[in-house]
Amino acid sequence: MAVTRDDVAHIAGLARLAISDERMTELVGQLNAILAHMEVLRQVDTRHVEMTAQDGSQRLPMRPDAGPPIAMHRALDEIAPDMRDGFFLVPRLATHEDVSDAS
Amino acid sequence: MTGPTAVESVTASFARMEAVRAGADGLNCVLWSDRERAPLAGYPVAVKDNIATLDLPTTCGSRILEGYVSPYEATVVSRLRAAGSVVLCKTNCDEFAMGSSNENSAYGPVRNPIDPCRVPGGSSGGSAAAVAAGIVRIALGSETGGSVRQPAAFCGVVGVKPTYGRVSRFGLVAFASSLDQVGVLGRTVDDAALGMEVIAGRDPYDSTSADRPVPRYRDAASQPMRGLTIGRPAEYFPPSLDRRVAALCDRALDALRSQGAQVRDISLPHTDLAIPVYYIIAPAEASSNLARFDGVRYGLRVTGDDGLRAMYERTRSRGFGPEVTRRVLLGTYVLSAGYYDAYYKKAQEVRACITEDFRSAFASGIDVIFTPTTPSPAFELGAKSDPYEMYLNDIFTCTGNLAGVPGISVPIGRVDGLPIGGQLITRHFDEAGMFAAAYALERALGDEAHR
Amino acid sequence: MTSLRDAPADVTARYEMVVGLEVHVQLRTHTKAFCSCDTTYGAPPNVNTCPVCLALPGALPALNREAVHLAMRAAHALGCTVNPVSVFARKNYFYPDLPKGYQISQYDRPLALGGRLDIGDGDAARTVGITRVHMEEDAGKSIHDRYPGATAIDLNRAGVPLIEIVSEPDMRSSPDAVAYLTALKQILEYIDVSDVSMEEGSLRVDANVSARLLGATALGTKTEVKNMNSFSGVQRALEAEFERQCALLERGERVHQQTMLWDGARNEVRPARSKEASHDYRYFPEPDLPPLVLDPQWIDEVRRELPELPRVRRARFAREYGLAGADVGVLTATPALADYFEAAAKAHGDAKAAANWVMGEVLAALNTSSNSVKTFRVPPASLARLLDLVREGVVSHSAAKRVFALMAETGDTPERVAEREGLVQVRDADELARWVDEVLAEHPAEAGRFRAGEKKLLGVLVGLVMKKSKGRADPRRVNQLLSERAGG
Ligand SMILES: [Mg+2]
Ligand SMILES: [Zn+2]
Repeated sequence: MAVTRDDVAHIAGLARLAISDERMTELVGQLNAILAHMEVLRQVDTRHVEMTAQDGSQRLPMRPDAGPPIAMHRALDEIAPDMRDGFFLVPRLATHEDVSDAS
Repeated sequence: MTGPTAVESVTASFARMEAVRAGADGLNCVLWSDRERAPLAGYPVAVKDNIATLDLPTTCGSRILEGYVSPYEATVVSRLRAAGSVVLCKTNCDEFAMGSSNENSAYGPVRNPIDPCRVPGGSSGGSAAAVAAGIVRIALGSETGGSVRQPAAFCGVVGVKPTYGRVSRFGLVAFASSLDQVGVLGRTVDDAALGMEVIAGRDPYDSTSADRPVPRYRDAASQPMRGLTIGRPAEYFPPSLDRRVAALCDRALDALRSQGAQVRDISLPHTDLAIPVYYIIAPAEASSNLARFDGVRYGLRVTGDDGLRAMYERTRSRGFGPEVTRRVLLGTYVLSAGYYDAYYKKAQEVRACITEDFRSAFASGIDVIFTPTTPSPAFELGAKSDPYEMYLNDIFTCTGNLAGVPGISVPIGRVDGLPIGGQLITRHFDEAGMFAAAYALERALGDEAHR
Repeated sequence: MTSLRDAPADVTARYEMVVGLEVHVQLRTHTKAFCSCDTTYGAPPNVNTCPVCLALPGALPALNREAVHLAMRAAHALGCTVNPVSVFARKNYFYPDLPKGYQISQYDRPLALGGRLDIGDGDAARTVGITRVHMEEDAGKSIHDRYPGATAIDLNRAGVPLIEIVSEPDMRSSPDAVAYLTALKQILEYIDVSDVSMEEGSLRVDANVSARLLGATALGTKTEVKNMNSFSGVQRALEAEFERQCALLERGERVHQQTMLWDGARNEVRPARSKEASHDYRYFPEPDLPPLVLDPQWIDEVRRELPELPRVRRARFAREYGLAGADVGVLTATPALADYFEAAAKAHGDAKAAANWVMGEVLAALNTSSNSVKTFRVPPASLARLLDLVREGVVSHSAAKRVFALMAETGDTPERVAEREGLVQVRDADELARWVDEVLAEHPAEAGRFRAGEKKLLGVLVGLVMKKSKGRADPRRVNQLLSERAGG
């Protein structure tokens, strides 16, 4: 399976990474080289493998429905890039249905 | 971008130690005299920069978290403090722990204290170097594919990766959640055992941490090797292995025999598939774990006047270095529609085969598996430019992360003056057995370990 | 943009609507699904947040046991089979109110599968299959109109536990969909797992809609309709989308699989997202959460602790109390009202009288005040006591309504109110006789005609006596006395 430039552009979009044209060429080459090494897995017969949990004893613990939450030792506006009136602000999404912003 | 200069770092560290000394009298009565309750009293420790600390920045070696100071603290750090130790400094690492040479930090590379032209290994290179340079006796690192054991081997110190679930990951900035574990680097096996005793154990904030009692690992110091069987997996000693490394391994196995152990040849047949499996699963999980770095709530934000999507893309492209970008893309690809079964699902199935390799080896009467930690000693900075060649550094260690079994790297000698590590692997949650073997190896080799 | 106005009204006549619904329900827990933050609605922005729900670097989820309990309860109530092992998965997408960049949800191994919900009554009764019930976490809130050029993010809701209830495409009309939602909401209220309020966002509905020629068996291409905020909005949105699809098909065009947004103000649906951005959520098992393994005993226990569900209760009310279907429907609308009725009926003994009072006076009083049944000032025992007094003739039927109104106002017992207001019926023979004789004396003409046999004057005279007694006379006794006078 070879990865094309379009594939990389597509996954870069999904991953919200902007890739320059020169970088793109380099990345397509590198990803293909790496993925070529993965081809060996295709040959492995895994039909007998049972995909149960790694260790049968591992099960999800559950916590009681009570506080307190984990404490915050620093106010949000000390770590947030842009806050107003307690809200995080981001550049305006036109609306919920914005075609390019919603994924 | 560069980090603080060495002088600045040392000055800051001394200032922190001074501050501790100022409060030491008070601590002395309540904590420092009580070695049981505060086994690390007075120990300065270094903490890898991908572990959240309240009073020092946590940058993960990334621009995207430059200057970020966590509003909460990792469980392992709280446990270190509760044991009386002082977090002296944070240590540089490969960006988001992605790397095997510590050249992938936004704040510049770390150099190997044994030979500054060479890399310290990675991604916990800073922690390994801090221990090797004698700045601290104990440092925390983190493992995803060998990031504690490999730099420990390169720097001639001891490095432990516990069983998956043995130590809380709460506060460890996630790289690949199903593989990540906090590990300990120490000058000696005893240092590492002590550190592990302090940080191990169930944490309700980490749903993958195991609810099992934590033995006193230092009690393993005097445990005899008599009657124990060491497995020597053929796949970790390929004909291509550097002869000098192989010779040091033979010497180490002889040393273990001298302590009463038997050595048996075994096979872990899926070993050569580990790197492909690892480099599917780890980037896949990473692509998801790193989605939170979006410039909305914390960390770097780069905006223009062209909306939210552009902010995301600018922030992440500016914030992440080339290796992180490469892995996020790779991980996104193997999870994306149409490729999941061929890559991610297949990798999980082969991962189960690798786990089964270990299980059946231990079931066949093997108590400890011995391998070289790395195929070769520390290389020079800039020596490896091909990503996949770099990935092969993890070839003997990432199996342990995939299977979840514990492993320790112990110095077993030098090649051209450069340290070589030997790795001891045991069953899930048998860190005590692993430490017993490590103590025995260290004891038997004596000074040879550093020659 | 296509609105239903573009389509001729009869274009739909040859087509059948096929609907499946995905309903998100907020579970009523004290704390969030994966952290211990408060879930209280209406707190100042981002106050109910912590390292976990802010997705700070290094934070990890820890599952709330009560969320699992409530989710299981709902699954059982919908007749689903709860899986002893289910798996949380990550649904990856970028949105500023989704802090981690993924939603923790369940994907190929959900909590529960294969249930059913009976909807409608009589000839309209039908069964809708429930495909699955799974657990997930809510996102935060994006506010687009508060600051110019900026979207404001509030993460108080991020991480609140939800269940998603997915139905089979078994509904054939928009009223079907509303009947399904009504029945679902009622069940969720009965089992007390959620506030189920569309206004507060604790119940949200997405619809999958397709159209096909009548008689066709294959399903047409479906679209997903979102953004409805009331049941009537769901109904209108489905109709608008159905008409849009029918018009397309009628013109020989294809329906594109896409998401449509309902605009209630304009009464139209419009496409939400381009095809290019087709979702690729890159689901994979959540590595921070091992499989959810449920003890079979616990699964069983939760099933056994389920209260009586609406359908069973309706049947029992009809059987035990001999009530008509429509009355049963009214009385079982909410579990609180049904409990109220049943307590009053049991205490009083005459279920029909209790039913009439609950459907009449009680509901009227609840409607005019903002009270809920639970905080209503007339407890069922007091209502029963009032009905006892009516039956015993201590309070007249008409006086009882006034007594009830005052009880609702003051919270007093019926005895105290009747006493205080002088509404206790007078049955003392001497006093009644005196009132009767006085009325006859004051109205000699009528009295004469009455005695002469003009029986229709009886009513007039009773009324006069009641007036004189200020309503306290027992009308039956007055009747009796007057008849005696006529005969004597
Ligand atoms: Mg959902
Ligand atoms: Zn929280």
